[in-house]
Amino acid sequence: MTDTVAGAGVPATFGARGYPAALEWIARRAEAFVIPLAALVVGMALFSLFILAVGKSPVQLYETMWRGGFGSWFSIQNSLSRSSPLLLAALCVALPARLGLVVIGGEGAIVLGGVAAAAIGVVLSGAPSFIVILAMGVAGMIAGGIWIGAVGALRHYRAVNETISSLLMAYIAIALMNQLVEGPLRDPASLNKPSTHPLADVYRIGNIPGMEVHWGLAVGVLACVLSWVLIEKTRWGFAARIAGGNVRAAQVQGLAVGSLIVGFTGLAGAFTGLAGMLEVAAVQGSANASLAAGYGYTGILVAFLARHNPLAIIPVAFLLGGIDASGGLIQRRMDLPDATVLVLQGMLFIVILFSETFYGRFKAFNPDLWQRSS
Amino acid sequence: MTDRFMLSRRQLLKTSAAGAALGLASASFPISRAFAAAATVGFIYVGPKDDYGYNQAHAEGAAALKGIEGISIVEEENVPETVDVQKTMESMINLDGASLIFPTSFGYFDPHMLAMCAKFPDVQFRHCGGMWNKDKHPMNAGSYFGYIGMGQYLNGVVAGHTSKTKKLGFVAAKPIPQVLLNINSFLLGARSVDPTITCQVIFTGEWSLAVKEAEATNALVDQGIDVVTCHVDSPKVVVETAAGRGAFVCGYHANQSPLAPEKYLTGAEWNWAKVYKMFVDDLVAGKPLPNFTRGGLADGFVKMSPLGPAVSEAARKQFDATLAEMTKGGFSVIKGPLKSNMGAVVATEGQAFAETAIELESMDYLVEGVVGSTA
Repeated sequence: MTDTVAGAGVPATFGARGYPAALEWIARRAEAFVIPLAALVVGMALFSLFILAVGKSPVQLYETMWRGGFGSWFSIQNSLSRSSPLLLAALCVALPARLGLVVIGGEGAIVLGGVAAAAIGVVLSGAPSFIVILAMGVAGMIAGGIWIGAVGALRHYRAVNETISSLLMAYIAIALMNQLVEGPLRDPASLNKPSTHPLADVYRIGNIPGMEVHWGLAVGVLACVLSWVLIEKTRWGFAARIAGGNVRAAQVQGLAVGSLIVGFTGLAGAFTGLAGMLEVAAVQGSANASLAAGYGYTGILVAFLARHNPLAIIPVAFLLGGIDASGGLIQRRMDLPDATVLVLQGMLFIVILFSETFYGRFKAFNPDLWQRSS
Repeated sequence: MTDRFMLSRRQLLKTSAAGAALGLASASFPISRAFAAAATVGFIYVGPKDDYGYNQAHAEGAAALKGIEGISIVEEENVPETVDVQKTMESMINLDGASLIFPTSFGYFDPHMLAMCAKFPDVQFRHCGGMWNKDKHPMNAGSYFGYIGMGQYLNGVVAGHTSKTKKLGFVAAKPIPQVLLNINSFLLGARSVDPTITCQVIFTGEWSLAVKEAEATNALVDQGIDVVTCHVDSPKVVVETAAGRGAFVCGYHANQSPLAPEKYLTGAEWNWAKVYKMFVDDLVAGKPLPNFTRGGLADGFVKMSPLGPAVSEAARKQFDATLAEMTKGGFSVIKGPLKSNMGAVVATEGQAFAETAIELESMDYLVEGVVGSTA
């Protein structure tokens, strides 16, 4: 690693001046941890003021949050289980973001992925479970991939703003789901809650052994790791980062920007469609209006808090899952409304966005500047 | 136990700043355990407790239990119909020691509540909606529901007397049997006053979608409709929008008269306090809880909001007379000869469906006089 640093133009005398290479190595990476953590602490401190203002004890609040979200094996599983759809939903935002696109319509990919998976599961009923579950996963990914890929295509070929189009397409997706679930795909027995035909138990996805969290968590973590490898370690990821930095420069270099945009948005949608399939196969057992539970929107928050780094999505999703899990206990123990945790989420979001402006401003994180000033 | 708690906290400290701050908090202040009650009862709501609607009706029922000796209430609002509600039930059982849980939203039943019933056979679960079936479902599960269509019929009686234009409006969420019965009951109540009255229905497609509810209400009033009611989770938007446009309103789920004191005629309200007290009395007495409970106006499961200032003397008289007849029992809203608005016969001469009739639970039509379509 020191080779890389020296190769980056640092004077050869640098190491000899008393800064161990390890310290430099840490300093260069510490920024990505210290700034978000500091922002988190500041956000929580601001939220404490809010809690004081409504006449409650912030200490009791954070203690309750700890207990509800992280303080026991049950609470940790509760948080993990709530975080698992957020992992895939956040990728819908984080992957296009590396190309400079702000896609916020993951909810649409989730509901359509769920409907497609449920429909395939019913059509293939009777086939071996391995094949059916695989087909459901593929169907969910195709549905989500087409939906968000279309957002990318509209952006590149027709210059339609992807933020607006993805949001509007999420509304269309939800309407389409309602139409399908209440119309052609409806199980006539589902009188007061229109749903597709229920999946047979053999086609359901169970829990990870030893945990009460379904396999969606493992799938989500794997998808985040694969996305990180794609962005950081492959030439497509490199090309995407170039295009995200300066699309004209990328075009001049001969990069296929259109394919990159459609490919990345399509992949993002595919992951999110898979989240819908997992909701159907692991949780709901059929597709219905409960699929539109807002995971797609919470995913936006997760991706921004993770600064669109797929690996950072994992701890951030766990943190938000924990906040969500503890929200219930806060309501029950402290008699605060559910909106309390939304206020906390909002404060954290704003403080973390604000903290973006601090990157590159602290000398402590930049060994290149140490020598000059000392 | 303490060791494991400390260990897991230390592990988390490495990765989570929240962990760091929260850990400090919990190190210096002991956890409060204020649950010495004989029994803890959990309530779960799909929306806010103060929505002037479905959830508020349940929360008012829960609040009525708060004085009962030895009973402690825990409540959680805005819980979606996903794995979240399963975890909320588990959390109430594990962390609060709940022994009876009321998951109040229709969509909580299958698969969420059923999964928890299997996992916690010693905990009782009672669900609002009437889905429990002794052949299919476990004995620690159960259902309760009220026949509120009668209330919408009474709303219709008052609306029929009040309307000048003879055109009523209904903002509805989804064309499902429960909602269709309410729409049909409202129109038939009004037609008991004047058989020329019509009712325009607009479906918003969602249980809670404020913007569409406001648009629908405005569209109704634009057509010259002068009395509006609804079946959505929170009637607040419909009531305020309609009253703001000068139309009269009939309420639903809970009492919305504080939102429009002048324009509010009456409303069909749930009286869950009665139902929850019944269950909790059995719990305290150590008796087995009923698995399948239903009731209407006569049983006190459903009640009407007090009549508002705009209700005429004639309306009041017919309202009181109809209510008295319903309370006696055997009253049928759907009775022949009756056609759907597509022309199909839904009840032949002499045929009558009392509120308990199983046929009403698969209703898929709008009666003649309702302007609108189920699909």
